[in-house]
Amino acid sequence: MGLRKPPLYGVHADAGATFTEFGGWDMPVEYDSIKAEHAAVRESVGIFDVSHMSELEVSGPDATALMQRLTTNDVTALEPGDSQYSAIVNDEGVIIDDTVVYRLPDRDERVYLFIPNAGHDEEMYDRWTSFRDDWDLDATVEDVTEEWAMFAVQGPDALDSVTDAAPDAALGDLSKFQATFADVAGVECWVARTGYTGEDGFEVLCPWDDAETVWSALDATPCGLGSRDTLRLEMGYLLSGQDFDPETEPRTPYEAGIGFVVKLDTEFVGRDALERQREAGIDETFVGFALLDRGVPRHGYDIADADGEVIGVVTSGTMSPTLSEPIGLGYVPVEYADDETEISILVRGREKRAVIVTPPFIN
Amino acid sequence: MFEIPDDRKYLESHEWTTTEGDAVKIGISDFAQDELGDVVFVELPAEGDELAAGEEFGVVESIKAVSDLYAPVSGTVTAVNEELFDAPELLNDDPYGDGWMLELEPADESEFDDLLSPEEYREQTE
Repeated sequence: MGLRKPPLYGVHADAGATFTEFGGWDMPVEYDSIKAEHAAVRESVGIFDVSHMSELEVSGPDATALMQRLTTNDVTALEPGDSQYSAIVNDEGVIIDDTVVYRLPDRDERVYLFIPNAGHDEEMYDRWTSFRDDWDLDATVEDVTEEWAMFAVQGPDALDSVTDAAPDAALGDLSKFQATFADVAGVECWVARTGYTGEDGFEVLCPWDDAETVWSALDATPCGLGSRDTLRLEMGYLLSGQDFDPETEPRTPYEAGIGFVVKLDTEFVGRDALERQREAGIDETFVGFALLDRGVPRHGYDIADADGEVIGVVTSGTMSPTLSEPIGLGYVPVEYADDETEISILVRGREKRAVIVTPPFIN
Repeated sequence: MFEIPDDRKYLESHEWTTTEGDAVKIGISDFAQDELGDVVFVELPAEGDELAAGEEFGVVESIKAVSDLYAPVSGTVTAVNEELFDAPELLNDDPYGDGWMLELEPADESEFDDLLSPEEYREQTE
């Protein structure tokens, strides 16, 4: 099967982007330099085409009940225009995906839009509709992934950038995790003060066919998935399919360090398993580390203790563009999780000294 | 497109070597550095190490990729560009000049005949 393409594939190609497969999509990984794109986001503003992210809309009288039972956070806390980070877990409490859930303006009933990761739209559509049918709930689930393009405008100057394109929208009034419909360059977009970089920023969902109008109106350095990864890694944010994955890295929200999205006083699939784990405690936990020796930690490398005994695995790693130091994320037994604990990373079979650092790696 | 100087020879895996003098220089091509993107780490052998033609002698890593380095010819390492350890970006900025990696005293001059000429390498990268 061919790869899915974002609406602006040709625009990115003309701009000199190189592409990579991600979640079944052919996406820009780099325009000119990952380092330069990373620096643009940390110092001024960058724009990412993240149209590969999935979008599902849930409406109808039982929309709230369905969302509540399939996500770990409490959707009843959301007012229209609010959003929350959340996890989707299976019966065992293992994370299938992480997501942001938006509550859209009501249309008679409450309406939710949630954003699973790239390539998860079909799986989530099946999950939502089959549980809806099993539970006999009255809710409409639509996979709108290819109706919405999505751009992330991120960096200290992000507000200037979106305000120039949407001068009438008062986007500066949005708090973090708030969202609103706004006119961006004459196109009605859903604009949220959210992101995946650790900087101030906005995510703009616009109709697929108007993508170029909106993209062109947002003045920022085009950035690819390469810098998106280094930026989120410096913050210690999880990458679905890598830092957790139901098949290759089965982890619960507590192990993955996102226990704050689990609301045990709500009813959801996986709740009982998570309650048991919360009472019993976790054996392994998600940590950050900095390499003291030269080298670059990578996904899949072993983590060893100071004596060279393998104790865990690296799930993400890179040379931090901001720090020019090698950093990584992974899982270790809880007794190794304290800051400054000495560990080592096995880079091509050789031990490189490292210490535990609780992310974010930058201030 | 990519710079391919005429005064050296190339491997399919994108290393170059000079061919004149007692010690030859070895590095990676302009094409290779562009494919890799921002280089952030280089691992090289030590002075005095013996390399065999076609053998892995080190690693170059960019943010997005890890790439093994292969020796164009056999010989003894006579110098290592240690500047690359602190400034791996030299590989991006000047792959045929300041971004050189090793100097090697070739063991067998006839091995140069097995390498790609600039014309042959250019065909491969097009």
